[in-house]
Amino acid sequence: MRYAMAIDTNKCVGCTDCVVACQTENNVPIGYCRDWITETVDGTYPNIEIELRSERCNHCDNAPCVRCCPTGASQVADGGIVITVEDECIGCGACIESCPYEARYTHPDGYVDKCTFCLHRVKEGELPACVAVCPTKCMYFGDLEDPNSDVSKVMKFRKYKTLAPEAGTDPHIFYLI
Amino acid sequence: MKEELIISGRNLPHIDPHLNLWHWQISLYLFLGGLAAGILFFAAIVTLLGKEKEYEGAVKFATLIPPIALVVGLFVLIIDLSHMWYAWRLYVTFRITSPMSWGAWTLMLVTPLSFFWVMSYMKEYFLYWRWKEGWLGKIEGIVDWLAKNRKLMAWILVPSTIILGIYTGILLSAFNARPLWNNSILGVLFLTSGLSTGAATIILFGRSHKERKLFSQIDLILIGIELFLITHMIMGMLAGSQVQLEASELLLGGQFTVTFWVFVVMLGLVFPAILEIFELIGFRVPVYIPALLVIMGGVVFRFVMIDAGQLTRFLY
Repeated sequence: MRYAMAIDTNKCVGCTDCVVACQTENNVPIGYCRDWITETVDGTYPNIEIELRSERCNHCDNAPCVRCCPTGASQVADGGIVITVEDECIGCGACIESCPYEARYTHPDGYVDKCTFCLHRVKEGELPACVAVCPTKCMYFGDLEDPNSDVSKVMKFRKYKTLAPEAGTDPHIFYLI
Repeated sequence: MKEELIISGRNLPHIDPHLNLWHWQISLYLFLGGLAAGILFFAAIVTLLGKEKEYEGAVKFATLIPPIALVVGLFVLIIDLSHMWYAWRLYVTFRITSPMSWGAWTLMLVTPLSFFWVMSYMKEYFLYWRWKEGWLGKIEGIVDWLAKNRKLMAWILVPSTIILGIYTGILLSAFNARPLWNNSILGVLFLTSGLSTGAATIILFGRSHKERKLFSQIDLILIGIELFLITHMIMGMLAGSQVQLEASELLLGGQFTVTFWVFVVMLGLVFPAILEIFELIGFRVPVYIPALLVIMGGVVFRFVMIDAGQLTRFLY
């Protein structure tokens, strides 16, 4: 089993619903967020191209945060989901420094926190909160190894890219272009 | 024109708008760790060569610094942990892929050894204490045992101080997300810098002209190696990918140019090297000037690397 997410940059309108849904679902402290929207503007008006991306932890296969963690608090859970265990985290910041996506932050309580692909929901067979609320249905979540999952099906016929593949992290958030 | 903006609002403390998670605590610790490693390395080598009597400054007096440096370093390191009451978690596991785990365990070995080393010389520091009476009588056996086993300690210290010195650099170079740090030179560069500041400290504590002269020569060689490694590191970045080019820009025209080239390279390496050469060919130079400059250069180098490295990142 390998969970992954595909996000359609053509369907995303940047409404930030996914951000608010995540903050609500995961009790993210005020002022913090586990996902965010990036807008890439290319060119000058009127020859302009805009790409909108809902970004979060890439749940890398070769996760530098897991490699650099001195206590093993950063670890890979079921289905390749990268998580941090708060009781094992010392708050040294090695994982934050090592993440090319800057997807981690220090929780006000001291430990490092990040996107979990809503592991607690996924275990129950539900979709992550961000995917569940997306009003344009631009996010696809599922098991990459299952050819009938939403994510596998959409990636079969669409072109996609990943962020900073040159960092060698083998990210598992795919942006449909 | 290409522009990236986070439009959902994101202002994570110490991460946005650019990473600034590690501050003076880490820089100071990296310096103190390297310094302690350098001093203990030379003390161990002198001991293994059986020259303790000739180089007393190195084995007996400069070695008073490492226990203090390591305790201060560890203290600032621990107060920098945001979840510090869980720091013991470092010592219930060993993560072979994490340089920080290697460092934690090496410190667990070197810190007690640095104290034992000082203890082994207690009788020579306090010649006139009554070593047979009272509480002193109780620890005399330990002090004597440590003094007898100093060579064994030295054998352990040689590899462990090299690991300690080199890990401070590898710790940073393991973060491939920070292009300025992510080069294989950094480990050796930090080790050389640590040995150089260690040699400089031994010059300050030197007891004889012969000792100061030897360590000036050692320091001179180390400065030469360090200059070579810095050149090599920058050449490597200039021949690297776009992110590394942008990282080198910080030191070559960017905001850290003056700090790096004036305080680290000129005042911290080139100028003390010139002074040491002058001294070796017979001019009278107050020996503590180059030594203090080398130590200053070592401190500034750590600060520049920590501050500049966190500004560099992958862009997508």
